[in-house]
Amino acid sequence: MKIDHQTDVFAPEEKIAGAAFKPSALQRDFPILSRKINGNRLVYLDNAATTQKPKVVIDALDNYYRNQNANVHRGLHTLAEEATSAFEATRDKVAQFIGGAKREEIIFTRNATEAINLVASSWGQNNLKKGDKIVSTQMEHHANLVPWIVLSKKTGAELEYIPIDRNGFLILDNIDRIISANTKIVALTQMSNLLGTINPAKEIIDLAHKRGAIVLIDGAQSVPHMPVDIKTIDADFLAFSAHKMLGPTGVGILYGKEYLLREMEPVIYGGEMISNVQYDSAEWNTLPWKFEAGTPHIAGVIAFSAALDYLNNLGMENIRRHEMELTSYTLEKLSELDFVTVFGPKDAKYRGGAISFIDKDIHPHDMATFLDTMGIAVRAGHHCAQPLTKLLGVSATARASLYIYNTKDDIDELINGLKEARRYFKYV
Amino acid sequence: MSEPLDDLYRDILMEHYRFPRGRKKLDHFHIHNEGQNPACGDEIEISVELEGEKVKDIYVSCMGCAISVASGSMLAEIIKGKSLDEVKKIANMIKSMLKGEEISKEIDLGDLEALRGVRKFPVRIKCALLSWTTLIDAVMAKEARQKTSASSTE
Repeated sequence: MKIDHQTDVFAPEEKIAGAAFKPSALQRDFPILSRKINGNRLVYLDNAATTQKPKVVIDALDNYYRNQNANVHRGLHTLAEEATSAFEATRDKVAQFIGGAKREEIIFTRNATEAINLVASSWGQNNLKKGDKIVSTQMEHHANLVPWIVLSKKTGAELEYIPIDRNGFLILDNIDRIISANTKIVALTQMSNLLGTINPAKEIIDLAHKRGAIVLIDGAQSVPHMPVDIKTIDADFLAFSAHKMLGPTGVGILYGKEYLLREMEPVIYGGEMISNVQYDSAEWNTLPWKFEAGTPHIAGVIAFSAALDYLNNLGMENIRRHEMELTSYTLEKLSELDFVTVFGPKDAKYRGGAISFIDKDIHPHDMATFLDTMGIAVRAGHHCAQPLTKLLGVSATARASLYIYNTKDDIDELINGLKEARRYFKYV
Repeated sequence: MSEPLDDLYRDILMEHYRFPRGRKKLDHFHIHNEGQNPACGDEIEISVELEGEKVKDIYVSCMGCAISVASGSMLAEIIKGKSLDEVKKIANMIKSMLKGEEISKEIDLGDLEALRGVRKFPVRIKCALLSWTTLIDAVMAKEARQKTSASSTE
């Protein structure tokens, strides 16, 4: 079976003019972007780690604690009612944001990592045995790698990785053999946090479904940056994090198909997740609350609603268009520097704006420290993808990752910073 | 460029980074350890050959940033000829120095003084300490083994 890398990628015609919003104008909505770092304008290029928050999100957090603070689903007073309805309204908004899921299919967790762990611990432990197979890829974040390694060890199920090529694409030539009849689950990132690669999720999901396997999509990098329609790609599970898409930290989302979630056992027990408790037994609450034991991050969930409104206003297609344009610009500018090597696809059509690179002489940590003195925030290290970093033949990379408020000016400052670093460390 | 940055990347530190000492593999060694910094991927391998209680030769191979490589190189330079007790003392002095505490003048730290600038960059302190914690862990393990074997022969 031949899978074309392009087929699943949202890539508007290149001729279409730039984004329908002005990134430099958006910067005013983000209070932190007017901060000075070491005397310089903050150039924030660490969005794959977490994005900055617009004032509307910060205000929503503040408003909850000032005016609505109450626990959800329990009280009979006005505040509890308001908090509960705002909390549950966010669930509806999330369901809509990913293309019309049912509200029962949206579980709030702490982060994408916890969402993936929930599936591995609950669905995985009860459905996998020796002789079964888990399929993942060589480009996964530790969050979509370690849970499967542990599950494989616990259950005896085999774990096989779809390999990657030199350009940072999955090698799909043998996908027919890898996703075999005994494959029970495929765990796949839709967009690599290190290579930026956008994987043909829909095609892989279709194949897996033909083999009777289910698919978990790590959407931590894709959902914030491009339109993701759960009905179109038909993923069985989708995990992502609010804080990587303008929302507060401490809120993750697990989407799961209702029939799967209904069969799954909870992994955390306590209040909220029960319907009836005796001294010697308990019955579980209905979906989605069965998986939401204890008091959740109420303020965070409510404020995430403001983040979703903000993104919906801009339009996810416009966001993807803006990032494609800026990614192209960044790749072009980086390619002009003969001392820099960039990892991942070279064409912005096939990738997002998480761009990893190395300077041939300056170690990424030294580079990041140097850039910080100029107010430029990038990440350096293995980006929670240690096996992948090793596979690329390096111990660390620097990574610049883009979002809605980044401009060509930001990239020009980065490029200037990379040149300055060579002067500073006396390589020119 | 900023003053703290110049203090971090002093010439002497960059010189150690470019020409790290102790890169010759040892045929015989009594202490060996590998360490890594899980947060960033820096990796180090250290072997020490002893003559009696003193360090005769040392091999340090570090794959990492300027700070961790230079610190490993300085380690290779300073511990030659020192007893293991002295090595532990130096490691403690460096830890104190990086915390900004006063340190005794008992042992001359030589080039290691150049690591002082790291303390203004808290996230980089672990880079400076990687080689030292890797070595000291191995020294402690060796001493623990000796203690157990000594008590088991009693």
